[in-house]
Amino acid sequence: METIEAVLADHPFFKGMTPQHLAAVAACGRRVQFMAGEFLCREAEEALDFFVILRGSVVVEIFSHRRGPLTTGTIEEGEVLGCIWFDKPFHWHMDAKARQLSRVVALDVRALSAKCEEDHDLGYDFMKRYAQHLVVQFRVAKLQLVDMYGT
Amino acid sequence: MAPEPEKLTSRPSDANGLLLPQPFRVKSRRRETADTFTMALAPASPRVEEWPFEPGQFNMLTVYGIGEVPISISGDPTEPWRLIHTIRAVGAATRALCRLAPGDILGVRGPFGTTWPVIEAEGRDLVIVAGGLGLAPVRPAIYYALAHRAAYGSVELIYGARSPQDILYYHELERWRGRFDVRVHITVDAAPPEWRGRMGVVTKVVAQARFDPSQTTAIVCGPGLMMRFTVKELLDRGVSSDSIFVSLERNMQCGMGLCGHCQLGPLFICKDGAVFPYSRVKNWFEKREV
Repeated sequence: METIEAVLADHPFFKGMTPQHLAAVAACGRRVQFMAGEFLCREAEEALDFFVILRGSVVVEIFSHRRGPLTTGTIEEGEVLGCIWFDKPFHWHMDAKARQLSRVVALDVRALSAKCEEDHDLGYDFMKRYAQHLVVQFRVAKLQLVDMYGT
Repeated sequence: MAPEPEKLTSRPSDANGLLLPQPFRVKSRRRETADTFTMALAPASPRVEEWPFEPGQFNMLTVYGIGEVPISISGDPTEPWRLIHTIRAVGAATRALCRLAPGDILGVRGPFGTTWPVIEAEGRDLVIVAGGLGLAPVRPAIYYALAHRAAYGSVELIYGARSPQDILYYHELERWRGRFDVRVHITVDAAPPEWRGRMGVVTKVVAQARFDPSQTTAIVCGPGLMMRFTVKELLDRGVSSDSIFVSLERNMQCGMGLCGHCQLGPLFICKDGAVFPYSRVKNWFEKREV
């Protein structure tokens, strides 16, 4: 089986990261497998993990008592699911559920955060990637709001 | 760098097809979505046996007594005896077209317009990105690419729609997805929980598609906003502006560049397009005042 370091090196989020930083990140990770219908996280739970999706598909939902689960998007292999750093004490604001057998690397947010504090080069590199991820999420959300196909 | 299509200005070879609508009979009519229909047409005049066209071209369809509209040809270019048009009912003429039943007669002028560079793209990766009804104009290019699959590197088809109910050619997309030699990505902006497919905007899929940007020809067709952000994503990935082709269907009325309704800067969309390399229209693509 490939090491966590090796699978992270192949993942688009970590593309180009130095072996030293990859090793530090991988040390915070563990492999987890979710069966279809299993939740990766649920709203209001403490957000202890940053998920790196290796295989499968995850649906992100917000639950409405009147309308049930409302899908806001899907996250596919090659993407990440994480809500960290800025939102202490790290609570999820949505549910995420595997739609099929999904394999992920779950990075321990507290451990990763501590490593980034220790090594600011790693912290800066990781934050640049996370900021880019957030920019893409904002852009996607805005395009979803304007109803592109009605324009 | 992919060359521009050879025929920058395209006009029908037959003068009759240019000015005089030829009678065609509706052979079949199928509802695609709530307001979109696909019609198969066959010549109703003994003078016309076939209607050869190339991927990307359009016809002017006339509903006698109502009006004439430009509609992309969405059928297989290797079957010139059967014209296929997919039409969304949005105005008086398109609503009348969508009401036509098998056996009814309508007029056809054309084919007009420049073509998708499917031949020029041979030997390269091919990325086709369509949004909403934009899948109809690129379908002939997909037919061509799949029929000549070995001539291309990777072929990625990315299709985005507003919701699962708005997906065009659903069963055909399923069939293409079942092939091992083409990657088909379908995504919707909004969906109920029972939707098993992908949800998110089409630009996100473009960012994740597998192709070599330096050796890629991209075909993009859809609403203006979707095309704008898709082109941006393709450029960000390193695809050259000469290798990105867009279809600008903008207020075309005569199909011959005479009336001026479709003018965009120095270009007449109906005569010089509607398919353009992005490099040729980029200065006008995002201009708000024109």
